[in-house]
Amino acid sequence: MIEKKEVQHIANLARLRLSEEEEEAMTQHLGQMITYINKLKELDTTGVPPTVHAVEMPNVWREDTPCSGLSSSEVFQNSPAMQDNFFTVPKVVK
Amino acid sequence: MSIPEYSAVKLKELLETKQISALEIARALLDRIKKHDAEVKSFLYIDEDLLLKEAQASDQRRSQGKVRGILEGIPVALKDNICTKGQRTTCASQILPRFFPPYNAHVVEKIQASGGSILGKTNMDEFAMGSSCENSSFFNTHNPWNLNCIPGGSSGGSAAAVTAGFTPLALGSDTGGSVRQPAGLCGVFGLKPTYGRVSRFGLIAYGSSLDQIGTFSRSARDAALLLEVIAGRDQRDSTSVDQPVSSYQEKLLSSLKGKKIGLPQEYFENLDEEMKASIMAAVEVFRSLGVEVEEVSLPHTQYAVAAYYIIATAEASANLARYDGIHYGYRAEINAQNTKVEDLQEIYHESRAQGFGNEVKRRILLGTYALSSGYYDAYYVKALQVRTLIKRDIEKALEKFDVLLTPTSPVSAFPLGEKIEDPLSMYLCDIYTVTFNLSGNPALSVPCGHDKKDLPVGFQLVGKLFKEEEILAFAHQYEKETLVNTLAPIKKA
Repeated sequence: MIEKKEVQHIANLARLRLSEEEEEAMTQHLGQMITYINKLKELDTTGVPPTVHAVEMPNVWREDTPCSGLSSSEVFQNSPAMQDNFFTVPKVVK
Repeated sequence: MSIPEYSAVKLKELLETKQISALEIARALLDRIKKHDAEVKSFLYIDEDLLLKEAQASDQRRSQGKVRGILEGIPVALKDNICTKGQRTTCASQILPRFFPPYNAHVVEKIQASGGSILGKTNMDEFAMGSSCENSSFFNTHNPWNLNCIPGGSSGGSAAAVTAGFTPLALGSDTGGSVRQPAGLCGVFGLKPTYGRVSRFGLIAYGSSLDQIGTFSRSARDAALLLEVIAGRDQRDSTSVDQPVSSYQEKLLSSLKGKKIGLPQEYFENLDEEMKASIMAAVEVFRSLGVEVEEVSLPHTQYAVAAYYIIATAEASANLARYDGIHYGYRAEINAQNTKVEDLQEIYHESRAQGFGNEVKRRILLGTYALSSGYYDAYYVKALQVRTLIKRDIEKALEKFDVLLTPTSPVSAFPLGEKIEDPLSMYLCDIYTVTFNLSGNPALSVPCGHDKKDLPVGFQLVGKLFKEEEILAFAHQYEKETLVNTLAPIKKA
């Protein structure tokens, strides 16, 4: 139901490197799942509106009043790499 | 009876009459955990000193007449996807190895404001993806009724901790059945409130249109107590609904005479005979209480698992995009070729490849596929349309009936390792629960005895939107008639 090449494409979209064994296993598992979910095609859903949330709510607003947020030290305490209150990444521009 | 065997309501009574102290409760639970959790393995983390300190503070408040609220002195265990300020929160994943949340989840604030304390963080399937707790990246949790079996998932640690008597109360999260299914398999009460009833602020997201925080307890009254504490609007979760919080405990004895239970026939068609017999015996108890019982049809039931796995994985693939190795969480330093990771794209690919486990990868891929160009309408939109049909079935059934009654799970607890290699068979464990995440209705798993293997069997009560008090009243009055044992002996097969 799905080819390995397509799994590789999807994995790239998801920024997820797969090993060769994982590619094999995922191709098989996703194929099984896709066959299973294709069951939905039996149903005629013409004109049926989609339900995005179980309990419908109109726009939810709050008062636009300032309040304190997290301090930068709190924000950075979980960062794997930072310097002078910036997240650090490898050089992006070549 | 000893402290670990008491319900939260009983402990409250003993505290109020000064027969025990909060410190004694904390010590007794810690003792039991030390004695048995090496076998059950329900907890990932317990801050013993903090717990004892909080218990002492609670006792002090009580002696000074400054009781905070209805949970004063009572400990609650938390699934490890609920953020606790300064206390490690992992989602049982290697991608969050050292995440110390800078804030508390809304439910944690509510528990603390009502005098309760956090006992510890419980094991789970990684990112709440799984039905057996075997997808934890740390270790497996065992079912206290039979240590060779799984406790169910994904909130398996919370369910096992409650049934083992490690805590009277625990919280989990339920996206497709992750509170109700382990509650069913461990033989305790597991409540998934209505979508929007409890704020998810500080709950690490999986499927945002489905996720709901739910309770574990050994009685319906305890579930009502804990729901009273955590329910209500919170502006930090814009999907939390501004509906008055009922006094759930007061309504437990509302008369059931003349009320109507609907039995969705599709839920009983392929059900194991033994399980069916247990559940039909429960139905007879309701009849004896004056409840009318009739069959009803939910014709789109057979499509629920397929629709659920498209919607849940699509939302998961978006929610889990935040784990990029940059802002927080694990960042890979070395790639598969054993060379240094030097490129930004490679950081993303490698951090996620090394940090996420198999099941999480599988769901991210399926969700990405369902949302990708060319498949979006065929899968994602189609699933949302089927969700409408499923929701309409339930709305229609609940026009005629007060509650619906179904099995919680198609099988009782199975041996560790039995289904882990076959994802689809694992997904089908959720066949009776996912429907009510798609529709948003409140649902409660109630223990109703044991099968021939001496493993718990549960049934599920489904209520109208925001009518938790109704399913809790049904469960409470059933419980009074039957007295099913909810405390496990912790034994090997």
